[in-house]
Amino acid sequence: MTTLTVEASDLTRIYGGREAVRDVNFTLSKGEVLGFLGPNGAGKSTTMKMLTGNLAPSRGSVKVCGIDMIDNPKEAKALIGYLPEEPPLYKEFTVDEFLTIAARLHRVSSRHIKKAVQVAKERCGLTEMGSRLIENLSKGYKQRVGIAQAIIHNPMVVILDEPTVGLDPIQIRDIRALIKDLGGEHSVILSTHILPEVEMICDHVQIIHKGELVFNGSIDVLKNQRNSNKLLLGLSKPPSHDELLKIPGIVGVETLPTGLLRVQYAVGEAPAEQLVQAAVSNHWGLYRINPDQTTLEEVFVQLTFQDLAA
Amino acid sequence: MIINIARKELKSLFASPMGWVVLALLQFVFGTFFLIGIDQYFQTMSGAVRPELRVGVTESVGHSLFSIASFVMLFTVPLLSMRLISEERRQQTLTFLFSAPLSLIEIVLGKFLGLVTFLTIVIAFMAAMMSSLNLWADVDFGYISANVIGLWLLVASFSALGVYVSSLTQQPVVAAILSFIILFGLLILDYFFAGDPSNTMTYLSLMHHFDPFSRGLLDTRDFAYFLLFIITFLTLTVRRLDADRLRG
Repeated sequence: MTTLTVEASDLTRIYGGREAVRDVNFTLSKGEVLGFLGPNGAGKSTTMKMLTGNLAPSRGSVKVCGIDMIDNPKEAKALIGYLPEEPPLYKEFTVDEFLTIAARLHRVSSRHIKKAVQVAKERCGLTEMGSRLIENLSKGYKQRVGIAQAIIHNPMVVILDEPTVGLDPIQIRDIRALIKDLGGEHSVILSTHILPEVEMICDHVQIIHKGELVFNGSIDVLKNQRNSNKLLLGLSKPPSHDELLKIPGIVGVETLPTGLLRVQYAVGEAPAEQLVQAAVSNHWGLYRINPDQTTLEEVFVQLTFQDLAA
Repeated sequence: MIINIARKELKSLFASPMGWVVLALLQFVFGTFFLIGIDQYFQTMSGAVRPELRVGVTESVGHSLFSIASFVMLFTVPLLSMRLISEERRQQTLTFLFSAPLSLIEIVLGKFLGLVTFLTIVIAFMAAMMSSLNLWADVDFGYISANVIGLWLLVASFSALGVYVSSLTQQPVVAAILSFIILFGLLILDYFFAGDPSNTMTYLSLMHHFDPFSRGLLDTRDFAYFLLFIITFLTLTVRRLDADRLRG
């Protein structure tokens, strides 16, 4: 049985007459990783603040594991771990001290605090940093401490606002692995504007634009939208278009400015093999063949652009 | 939970030199005045004063020590309270507390308690200094306790106001200056209305309610005044933080 960990219904937030977030609805089940996408100022952070009880919604409700955030904020907050955009760190403390305080405030029983701090440090790769002052840590390590305080009490839902900002590529890979790992036992919501990141780690994607959800579905739907029945073909001695069109399944050919050929084929056909065979037997000088996917960026732009037009 | 926040505040005071420096400086000032007080006692009481005007060592030393303490605290408390909320607002660490399973009342009470605990240490040192006179003389412990209770209530009121002012701004320095001005105003209110002691404004003066304590008198009206003062400003702080959540 899948259990719902987060239910947001009709979330709306009005800032001075302007609706920063409008009627956002979604649910999240246990073990899912939800990616929150959107351009700057789309309302990602506002939505997250409402989910974590840092901001009161103007309309609508948030339920965490069935507990209403507005009626029972303390119980609901106990189930959430939150890393805001700016990691909230007390710079005068060491990593150990800070994580101990975080554990205590999140109701980790005093017997388990040491263990919880240890586990959180291990998961975030901070074992060596325990006695360092947070002030002296690099941006990447600060970000890790931020994540560590969000997962220290083993919450049902982990909410991370742009967790990979300011990290170097290796750290980003580590953090992504960590988030994927978290997705096993917790539900994770993360916001980002790095599109490949979403594709790598999320099961579900939501695209928010101008305060409204413009896309809400599984990552596969988004991936399918990218496949467009096209192949990119690189031939050093390209034949005429008609010759290519003779190959069964191919419905269109165009030459791109780069010299590559974009070959469109009918839905359900897989003409790649015939193409290669023809290229070899006719000495067309094949040097490249790959599916022509629209990038996630294009899908994203399409979705946000559609909304603009509407 | 309140205790946990208070612990965090205390720890953060002592994590920086701030806490230690303030503690050392206060102890130096009070120690000096204590010494001067004893010195003066020996000089004036040994013959210059007529026997019927002589006061005991407790009152002589205690009065100068505790009245200077109320004045010194006027500068100290705003310096200590200024960071409590404004700094968290500036560093954006308030989110950390808001996302934890804590009510706003717990957060505010915890911060208040942390500061008051620190100041209690200072007052405890003063009480210990005064009590040490008991080795050579017969000390009036009633007088000392009344003064200690009075000073403690005064300092707690300062802290409550300091916490509130700190919640209004992002700049700790602004908070310090603002709470100093307000406290100073409240403290000297009865000087302005000295001609008319029954004036209601005199009643609002902090000094007016601290005076009975410094004479060794415990009056429920003064207790009520200080308690109401503290509750009022802590409630205002909670309201201010709640407005953050509502208005964003």
